[in-house]
Amino acid sequence: MSANAPLPMGPHDRPIRLAEIPVLAVDAFRSAILGQVNAGGRIAALFGMAGESNRVRLYAVLMYLETAEIAVLAADVADEYPSLTPDCPQAHMFEREIAEQWGVIPRGHPWLKPIRFHPSYRAGHDAWSRAAGEAIVPGVTDFFRVEGPEVHEVAVGPIHAGVIEPGHFRFQCHGEKVFHLEISLGFQHRGIERAMVGGPDKRTLPLVESIAGDTSVGHATAYAQAVEALSGCRVPLRAQALRGVALELERLANHAGDLGALANDVGYLPTASFCGRLRGDFLNATALICGSRFGRCLIRPGGVLWDVEPDRAEQLLARLQAALDDVAGATKILWDSLSVQARFEDTGVVPAEVAQDLGLVGPAARACGVDRDVRRDFPTGIYRFALIPPSTWNTGDVFGRAYVRWLEIRRSGQFVLQQIKSLPGGPVRSKPPGPLLPEAMAVSFVEGWRGSICHVAVTDAAGKFARYKVVDPSFRNWIGLAMALRDQQISDFPLCNKSFNLSYCGHDL
Amino acid sequence: MFDVFRERRRQGKRTIGYPAEAPTLPDRYRGLPVLDDSRCPDGCKSCVESCPTDAIGRDSRGLALDMGRCLFCTDCLEACPEGAIRFTHDYRMATRNRSDLVVRSGVELALAEPLDARMRKLFGRSLKLRQVSAGGDNAEESDLNVLGTIVFDIGRFGIQFVASPRHADGLVITGPVAENMKSALLDAYESVPSPKLVIVVGASAISGGPFRGHPEVSDGTDRLLPIDLYIPGFPPHPMTILDGLLRLLGRLEGMPERIRAEEPPAPPPASGPDPLAPIVASTATVEGPPTSS
Repeated sequence: MSANAPLPMGPHDRPIRLAEIPVLAVDAFRSAILGQVNAGGRIAALFGMAGESNRVRLYAVLMYLETAEIAVLAADVADEYPSLTPDCPQAHMFEREIAEQWGVIPRGHPWLKPIRFHPSYRAGHDAWSRAAGEAIVPGVTDFFRVEGPEVHEVAVGPIHAGVIEPGHFRFQCHGEKVFHLEISLGFQHRGIERAMVGGPDKRTLPLVESIAGDTSVGHATAYAQAVEALSGCRVPLRAQALRGVALELERLANHAGDLGALANDVGYLPTASFCGRLRGDFLNATALICGSRFGRCLIRPGGVLWDVEPDRAEQLLARLQAALDDVAGATKILWDSLSVQARFEDTGVVPAEVAQDLGLVGPAARACGVDRDVRRDFPTGIYRFALIPPSTWNTGDVFGRAYVRWLEIRRSGQFVLQQIKSLPGGPVRSKPPGPLLPEAMAVSFVEGWRGSICHVAVTDAAGKFARYKVVDPSFRNWIGLAMALRDQQISDFPLCNKSFNLSYCGHDL
Repeated sequence: MFDVFRERRRQGKRTIGYPAEAPTLPDRYRGLPVLDDSRCPDGCKSCVESCPTDAIGRDSRGLALDMGRCLFCTDCLEACPEGAIRFTHDYRMATRNRSDLVVRSGVELALAEPLDARMRKLFGRSLKLRQVSAGGDNAEESDLNVLGTIVFDIGRFGIQFVASPRHADGLVITGPVAENMKSALLDAYESVPSPKLVIVVGASAISGGPFRGHPEVSDGTDRLLPIDLYIPGFPPHPMTILDGLLRLLGRLEGMPERIRAEEPPAPPPASGPDPLAPIVASTATVEGPPTSS
């Protein structure tokens, strides 16, 4: 197949047999991806897996917003291939990941550094020519340096000042002004993708639920959808609605918490106090459904584990209406406060083109006016029947990221109330899924509260996972925070960081 | 300005009455597990085999469940048609010894004893803690953070999370101790002046949790540091954490030991016992139905 031939596109929620995925020569693979990205396609995932005769098979999953279709293409590489990143910046982290996991060098990558600091999955192949058994120390790597009088470097982390996950940040500063921020993570790496191989087994779901604990419902739903696609399992409509309720409750809790945290970072304590409590009210609503504040054990392939009976629905509605009213009151005083707006506006601006080029997702992208939301663009489950209109803003600053969260709270709140009032009848769980389709791939999208989550499950001849790729929204968005800090005051870092509120463990896996 | 006052008045007082009043937990909350191995058919290992973290075992003394590994999921409940394992509403689960986390049929849990008199004199009224997430998934961290909100208001007990280990009296550790965080964690421990406390929160920090056996983690803290308090859960409910901390400081002595569950909104289904419905622990005094949630 030539680079210009049309790619085989298909619906995003159907399994694809591996034999049907075109395997291109590397140059054709590269130009096909670039052609599609230039024509408006996006890279949903780009990853390697062990191929034949110690080669690595690269898979690219491309998504098309207009038709809600995806295309998957592949190429076999040995130890290097020409990098996509110089022509397609949104590939930059995927290519660093391929280099680290498989020891394949994307030749020409402008900044090829480890991202999680672990040995290569392919013994004897290391992108940085490190000897087998050589200690790999997280954070010890090249960093951009700005030289000159009065230029100084500020290094922060891995352990930070708050109750927060670890990561390393380096600022190149001139006085208070940040020229450049470089973020080096990997401290939370727990080997999740590697451990998923050979599954599904009894450990798989707890692993998925702890990819990022604050996104347990989002990742569990993405996993369940992938397994359901590969096993031909139908999810009852009532379960689809309850999954939607749980996903939006997760969004409500985190968005409300984030608005409180943003208020706290500019010293506006009333909203900080109110929203700290309200976040818990939404978590407790999730616990009313399933016993866990983080929605653990609620989502199972085939449906959900608990129903919401009429009395419980009444209780949920009353609590949620009260919490939503209180969020409205708590944030009204935030938006009305001039001193808050003076700190939020024009701080940490990410231009729309930068967000577009780097492939940012979620509220961070929508705050720049980049209108993308997989609940609308690649709908699954209840979102095929009930649309939540995406919320966007156009300033790309801290205010934009805060205000988009407020707009999303309102729309998610209405959605949750409406769904609980009109839950479809029927069971909440179908029969447990049967064996998975062998030698096939399923791609699964969920719009988590931080942005789109993408899981790609690839099965072997026995129907077990030969590869399980997780793309957490934070994997795409950390570079957005680095861009937001350019030419900012270093003292605004906490505020900018909170306006993204990204996951360390979701990135580190 | 008046809008802020008005909003403050509208939002009302939200701090819970605990410890004077019993906390309210959702009816589906899965707290302290209780075992009844008299219900086990001979040779049955369904629950043992179903457990994602191999937290359940059977030896000469009967069935045992290690809360240090337990993810408080429902896999064993679904695997056991006999109801030999039940999760109660009892949120009190913190212990001083690792072995005390193992729950057995008919054996009462040895809840955490207070620190000795010298340590209580030092920390009993003012405890500064440094939290280190060593591969934590941000669920434990979130429910530690929540203790600082107006709901739990941990400051009223003299407990505070501080920014520097040098200002701290102890560490609160979450996560399975990712290899990439091990040296930073040990550095933080060294930086805390003695005498110091180490408190581990969650199944991952106690035993590695779902990551147990991964070469990328250390299977928790046990082989790395001396531990003063184990708080099990995946993640533990904020009440379990608060109860553990207050127990350690001896702040619950003389307080009424009560737990209370929300009234289930609907009766259990008529067809046989519902394996997912929790019961209330027999070791605790149960209050009547709450008048409000």
